[in-house]
Amino acid sequence: MSELSLRKEKSIFGPSYKEVEIGDIITLAEKEPLRLDCGAEISSFPFAFRTYGELNKDKSNAILVCHGLTGDQYLIETHPVTGKEGWWQDVVGSGKTIDTDKYFVICPNVLGGCLGSYGPKEINKETGKPYNLDFPVITIGDMVNAQKLLIDALGIEKLFCVIGGSMGGMQVLEWAASYPQMIHSAVPIAAAARHTAQNIAFHEIGRQAIIADPDWCEGNYLNEKKYPSKGLAVSRMTAHVTYLSESGLHRKFGRELQDRSEVSYGFGADFQIESYLRHQGIKFVERFDPNSYLYITRAMDYFDLAEDHGGDLRNAFKESDTAFCVISFTSDWLFPSEESKQIVRALAATSSDVSFVEIESDKGHDAFLLEEPKFYETVAGFIKRIEKKVGL
Amino acid sequence: MLRADQKIIAEVIEQGSKVIDIGCGQGSLLEYLEAEKGVSGHGLEIEADRVSAAVSKGLSVVQGDADNDLQYYSDKGFDYAILGQTLQIMKHPKEALEQALRVAKRVVVVIPNFGYIQNRFYLLIKGRMPVTKELSYQWYETPNIHFCTIKDFVYLAKELGCNVERKSYVSKCGKEHKFSGDGTFASNLFGEYGIFVLSKD
Repeated sequence: MSELSLRKEKSIFGPSYKEVEIGDIITLAEKEPLRLDCGAEISSFPFAFRTYGELNKDKSNAILVCHGLTGDQYLIETHPVTGKEGWWQDVVGSGKTIDTDKYFVICPNVLGGCLGSYGPKEINKETGKPYNLDFPVITIGDMVNAQKLLIDALGIEKLFCVIGGSMGGMQVLEWAASYPQMIHSAVPIAAAARHTAQNIAFHEIGRQAIIADPDWCEGNYLNEKKYPSKGLAVSRMTAHVTYLSESGLHRKFGRELQDRSEVSYGFGADFQIESYLRHQGIKFVERFDPNSYLYITRAMDYFDLAEDHGGDLRNAFKESDTAFCVISFTSDWLFPSEESKQIVRALAATSSDVSFVEIESDKGHDAFLLEEPKFYETVAGFIKRIEKKVGL
Repeated sequence: MLRADQKIIAEVIEQGSKVIDIGCGQGSLLEYLEAEKGVSGHGLEIEADRVSAAVSKGLSVVQGDADNDLQYYSDKGFDYAILGQTLQIMKHPKEALEQALRVAKRVVVVIPNFGYIQNRFYLLIKGRMPVTKELSYQWYETPNIHFCTIKDFVYLAKELGCNVERKSYVSKCGKEHKFSGDGTFASNLFGEYGIFVLSKD
């Protein structure tokens, strides 16, 4: 780590253009450009990541955590923009399921993201203005290729494990398909090997809500000193519903009214669920870049691992000696268990080392972010197995 | 702790082989085989809680249904498939056995023998479906939906055209007795379990 040149940089967030310092940022592809799936080439681009724990002498204890659509590298520490604790604080840490006393945990912000990694709000050095929609369209494959450059820069030849939920799980699968020789094990959680029509449909609603906001300014809100807050908030509200389950929502909110004893016969937030969603929307606007949201949702839409391998998912995992632990949740209707089963079937067909557990939960897609003891035990058991296999 | 029939299965499995335990439960047999026989083990289990218990123990287990999910495994990807008192639970035991013969070079099958003397007497004397220590369910709640006798199974193996490399029955005291032919009157009467090692090219 010491030989790497890392820096912190200030970046702007939300409609108030609040300036926040983000770290650690490394410059990747300095010598050789990275070719993206869309054909564009990027070089000397910034890439933000955080690490936890110590890398051992033979660099064999590294675990890469891939974050979901709106996650980031602040895995287990206070978020610099929101001031909230890390998104996987319950799973990763000293003495936790992924034990930072034993493992060196790396969590990068994805390519196209808005928390220090190269994304649409990055300043184009040629124009001195943000790229906005001039930023090239990226894919899950591009995200993983950028992460691979980081792992190379850290001098790690083989990762002990790559783990992630949702879009993070897509990256895990992409890692297993593209760089099987670089990973001992893979844990795709609440993931899928492709984005379904329903997934794309919800993303399109989210994007259209942003685009329909006049303050989006054809993507140039940063130049116009405006901000499509309303559009982005509606995007988040829609998406948030897809992350929960009907029974979970009912358990949490039911038809309870918000600060009133009877309905108002108007369009205020009568119900608790309305108030909750509005709050989620407003909070999200403060921390996430609207254009980044367009780019990353697009990357997920384009993901189809089978299509990338001659239409047969089995080809993606051929000749891989990676051990897999696929995990899904019963009430996840956004990335239903059937999608995980498709992955498991392809792995079984290639005689891969695979485990699969469908965890009983009413917390929907977001279950991987919330407290689920059976889920933790499963991951812990799998890690123990890989330790034995690898001899760590 | 292993059941008596599981101990016999463990004797059959060769050191260092690749094994799939179909209906592995919480994986106690796999755990034993990995520790004592150095096998590379894999399990298939339908019950979620048992799967997460098995994976938490560090075993490679897939949550799935043998009736549906065996078809996705590659041909002869395993040295052994184990069907340890699980065939009678399946909706399509014949198809599951065929799949097991496809995915593994050898299949070790254990069946509870419905023709066992105690079961016969139960039905004959009491006129009711046998409820014993080994078959401890009432007819309306039993998961065992496809019972057979040792003789029945010998005929199924014949019908499927597989090689029967070993056939034996386990008597009340837990002792294994090998038999030949279609199963003698004695094997079918005194065998609490039937144990078979089958293969099919």
